[in-house]
Amino acid sequence: MFGLDKKDTSLLILVAILTMLAPFILNPFPASSGLAQFNAGYPDLMQRFVIFGIFAIGFNILFGLTGYLSFGHAAFIGVGSYAAMWMFKLVGMNVLPALALSMVMSGLFAVVIGYISLRRSGIYFSILTLAFAMMSYALAYSVLATDMDGPDQQGLLQKGLTGGETGLQLTLQDPRVFGEQATADGNLPVPSLFGLEMRSSTELVMGDWVFTFSTGYYFCAVVMLLAFYLSIRIFRSPFGMMLRAIKSNQQRINYTGLNAKPYMLAAFVISGVYAGLAGGLMAAMDPLAGPERMFWTASGEVVLMTILGGVGTLIGPVLGAGLIKYMENILSKINSDILHTWFAFLPDGLEDFVVGMIYPFIGKGWHLTLGLIFMAVVIFLPGGLVEAGQRISRVFKGRKAPEGAKKSTTEPAE
Amino acid sequence: MGILEVKDVNKRFGGLQALGNVNLSVAENSCHAIIGPNGAGKSTLLNVLIGKLIPDTGSVMFDGQSVLGRKPYEINQMGISRVFQTPEIFGDLTVLENMLIPIFASRDGAFRMHAIENTTSEKEVIEQAEHMLEELGMADKRHFHSASMSRGDKRRLEIGMCLSQNPRLLLLDEPTAGMARADTNNTIDLLKQIKEERDITIAIIEHDMHVVFSLAERITVLAQGSPLVEDTPDKIKGHPKVREAYLGETA
Repeated sequence: MFGLDKKDTSLLILVAILTMLAPFILNPFPASSGLAQFNAGYPDLMQRFVIFGIFAIGFNILFGLTGYLSFGHAAFIGVGSYAAMWMFKLVGMNVLPALALSMVMSGLFAVVIGYISLRRSGIYFSILTLAFAMMSYALAYSVLATDMDGPDQQGLLQKGLTGGETGLQLTLQDPRVFGEQATADGNLPVPSLFGLEMRSSTELVMGDWVFTFSTGYYFCAVVMLLAFYLSIRIFRSPFGMMLRAIKSNQQRINYTGLNAKPYMLAAFVISGVYAGLAGGLMAAMDPLAGPERMFWTASGEVVLMTILGGVGTLIGPVLGAGLIKYMENILSKINSDILHTWFAFLPDGLEDFVVGMIYPFIGKGWHLTLGLIFMAVVIFLPGGLVEAGQRISRVFKGRKAPEGAKKSTTEPAE
Repeated sequence: MGILEVKDVNKRFGGLQALGNVNLSVAENSCHAIIGPNGAGKSTLLNVLIGKLIPDTGSVMFDGQSVLGRKPYEINQMGISRVFQTPEIFGDLTVLENMLIPIFASRDGAFRMHAIENTTSEKEVIEQAEHMLEELGMADKRHFHSASMSRGDKRRLEIGMCLSQNPRLLLLDEPTAGMARADTNNTIDLLKQIKEERDITIAIIEHDMHVVFSLAERITVLAQGSPLVEDTPDKIKGHPKVREAYLGETA
């Protein structure tokens, strides 16, 4: 189906079902129970799952297929966000033109950054991309945030192209040529898809459960499914095979009559466009763009997501993105009071001890937990969460010597 | 006039004269071997032939065109395929995929490898690749992870990948180095078969005399950067100068 083989089609359908039913699946605990804080089925977080999923899928096309580790992909997120914001300010609140401009602008940036960075490989490539991302951050933070209107005017460019530290925001004075400057009651208009507001949602109350269906989430989910489908096609195409060949042996590629550069650049630009699309979606869900999205930690995060989920696998990056965003939003909300209520059944001294032991790993300490999980995955599951899934399914199927394991144990006879 | 003409090539690395006045002519559809003791300049000469090194003086012409200063992929596009000392294949890919890449490359040119597969042309390419694997006797290994094969099989695959592009000149750099005897003989048989079945020029740089004398029609002996003798294998065998160069004593 759709030009995919059976295995890929079933993967795509599985992902489609999971994303469509996410409001149910991520909300397993009743609202009044103590476990309700582990529910992730609220629109804001679900949107982040799929948006970072798109970012990681795109990153995996570069890192997973060619092995080139870009450490500056957050720059494209920022470019995409700013481009979408300017579309909202100048043209109108429809998300489609905004996303289109996000993708075009990030693609152009990727051509320039990629053309220069791909002159080097390995660690030098990573450093070059990192340098570009930090330059973009600096540009957005200060250089492009100066008053470009002149001191006596209060125009569009009063805070520059990027708005600096406070970020780029919508105002009532924005022209919005093909849209309304303000709503009937004088408020800022919100991003929408032909009138369907992104922030609108319906709630379904079933007993003690409340399920929220948000327009914004479903819009992002559909975009992610399209992005995922396209990435499967790229992985399975001759172009994808070519990228894997470049990763495997550049020497042979050169002596096969192929110039590897244009292929590398194409992969870089495709993954840049994915990142730009993710950035555009972030702005579409919450019309605000700040420079912190381009900071190097954001670039590092997508590397973590991809490795955590499984480099070079189709679904891995999405799982990695989900896990990290879940921990960032759920684990970080647990505080010592909550821990004390959980362990209230223990004798006082013991309760304090247990809470004291767990406390460093929750709340602001969630990075510590993430670090430990990351170390465990890299050491014990080099194939990431996908490998974990494969091992578990192997146990259930009872197969002892799968093909993959045989491959890795047979060493070349040299 | 041969298909590959090397004229008055000199190359100096600091104080070392790596190549001195090398003249070499490889006749079309012949098998020409270049032999010589360690440090004779074989590898330097090979690097000059493929454009990797630019000599201080002289010219290297392939079919009337200069190869000097060209990029490796341009040299390949001229019709020169190269087999490396250690088999250079795509270790992460399967045997069949390894074979697909060069066929796609020679079909679609520099940058037309589609990102979304085009099923009809892909089928043709796969058929061609399967056919090539059958010729090599590797059809049953098509789904093997290529890095896990023996060195002889890797070499066989590498030669097959080169042949799938129908090159006019096949350059082999010590194709049997580090191989077991059986693998060496297999490789010799494969090269003999290629020589018989195809219109192809083979230039081979080799250490192993067994390989050279079973394949070559002409042999150039290189010593200290200069060609010592060039002749047929029979004459080279008993040549006093060759014995001297190899054994380092006056015969």
